[in-house]
Amino acid sequence: MSVKTPSKLEKILAAGHQAVTSECGPPRGSDPEVIREKARLIRDHVDVVNITDNQTSVTRMCSLASCFHLKQMGVEPVLQMVTRDRNRIALQSDILGAASMDIHNILCLSGDHQSFGDCATGQNVHDLDSMQLIQTVRLMRDEGKFLGGGDISRPPEMFVGAAANPFAQPHKIRVPRLAKKIAAGVEFIQTQCIYNLDRFEEWLAEARDRGLTEKVYILAGVTPLKSVGMAKYMKNRVPGMDVPDEVVARMAGVPKEKQAEEGVTICVETIQRLKEVPGVAGFHVMAIEWEEKVPEIVERAGLYPRPAMP
Amino acid sequence: MIVGKQKPIEETWAMVKDFSRVLVFGCNTCVAVCHEGGNKEAQILASLMRMKATQEGLSLEIRDSGIERQCEHEFFESAEKDIEWADAVLSLACGVGVQFMVKRYPEILVYPGLDTCFLGDVEKNGLFTESCQACGKCVLAETAGICPVSRCAKRVLNGPCGGSNKGACEINKDLPCAWQLIVDRLEALGRLADYERLAPIKDWSTERAGGPRKLIHEEFMK
Repeated sequence: MSVKTPSKLEKILAAGHQAVTSECGPPRGSDPEVIREKARLIRDHVDVVNITDNQTSVTRMCSLASCFHLKQMGVEPVLQMVTRDRNRIALQSDILGAASMDIHNILCLSGDHQSFGDCATGQNVHDLDSMQLIQTVRLMRDEGKFLGGGDISRPPEMFVGAAANPFAQPHKIRVPRLAKKIAAGVEFIQTQCIYNLDRFEEWLAEARDRGLTEKVYILAGVTPLKSVGMAKYMKNRVPGMDVPDEVVARMAGVPKEKQAEEGVTICVETIQRLKEVPGVAGFHVMAIEWEEKVPEIVERAGLYPRPAMP
Repeated sequence: MIVGKQKPIEETWAMVKDFSRVLVFGCNTCVAVCHEGGNKEAQILASLMRMKATQEGLSLEIRDSGIERQCEHEFFESAEKDIEWADAVLSLACGVGVQFMVKRYPEILVYPGLDTCFLGDVEKNGLFTESCQACGKCVLAETAGICPVSRCAKRVLNGPCGGSNKGACEINKDLPCAWQLIVDRLEALGRLADYERLAPIKDWSTERAGGPRKLIHEEFMK
């Protein structure tokens, strides 16, 4: 696939390297040092860093400003953008704002429902959905047009991503849904955290059979488990998460003080196995409020050092 | 039909208790079907309020009445005397009926006795579920006859979102995921391939976003 934007992530993928991405959640306050400190922990071990957009609908520093702080440090950000909180005016406006800071990656999401967060009595917007946001960014970038038809001076140059969940029900539309996102114009995918590797490989095989892995870069999502409690929580409480009993049992099988280490080992083994699967273009390492573990995971998985890109 | 729910009596009582002649006024169509605002419910609420008046030693007079529909002029004739008697009306109609009375009787204070909830159906006895948001541009032809605008918590037109969980919506395990229903129905109809059609960005100017709406038939206007 030829390179269409100045995105470092796109260049790395186009050069045939397996990319490594990670993510940082902005703080519940305005101190930029929080986001800088998280970025410092991982910057040498990942290619780009996603900044979440008010994840779980809890109000935080905005993704756009946080991306700017990363950019100033020389770390390439991926702007996550949810359709929950902004109408098409605000979405396009924020895309231009990001483009003005030369932010070259965007991840288009619908966002968790606001009832999970700290503003449960608030409105949601969903003027567009995530697929329509993908289409919007591609229109703005490729045709230099606004949704309203007007011309954009200095259009955004963004590599366009989205999420995919191979585990969610109904299974029968998981690959069709990926195909639909590709038809909308998505260029890279970061998946939901993978614990059920068999199911992930089945999904990917189906995508390969349809030729979809030739059309989109799929980054496999991994999250190290900190404890058996976290494994159970992910299994039972987080919608669309598939944590097999064996994984919970494996975490439960080691003493409490060793569980974090076991969680990291599971994560490393997951990457090692999936590295060999055709169609896996890289890894999205989401160490939730545990950024300090990312270097160890990346090194042990054999993904370090990261390729240098101009 | 329009589904509403009676406001807590503490709230409606606070609205009317300082008047001397209060009419509790039922609307005997939509909100009677959901057992909240019909003429029978008006009768019951008026009795409860009379008891409250006695308990609190207040001398206000409370009557009940009702008509078939508070949203059309032609039904009001039978209740005209009751309405003129009152110095406050507690209407058990939906928000449409309450406002229609305000327009019709500008000199009378009309208060809402219900919270108007949604446009829905009678799924079974005692169960009323939302199924339309009057967006002004129906998408049911593209969604296997199941409305994602009203039945998806994020009204996504290309669903399901990441929160669909074993057939249920992420916000409530008792709420079916509209997109699961759409996919299941497409499959049952042998039309699962239709799932891959991208729904275009919706024109929301025909819904609330475009401002209050009107339908005009000049041939019926005198």
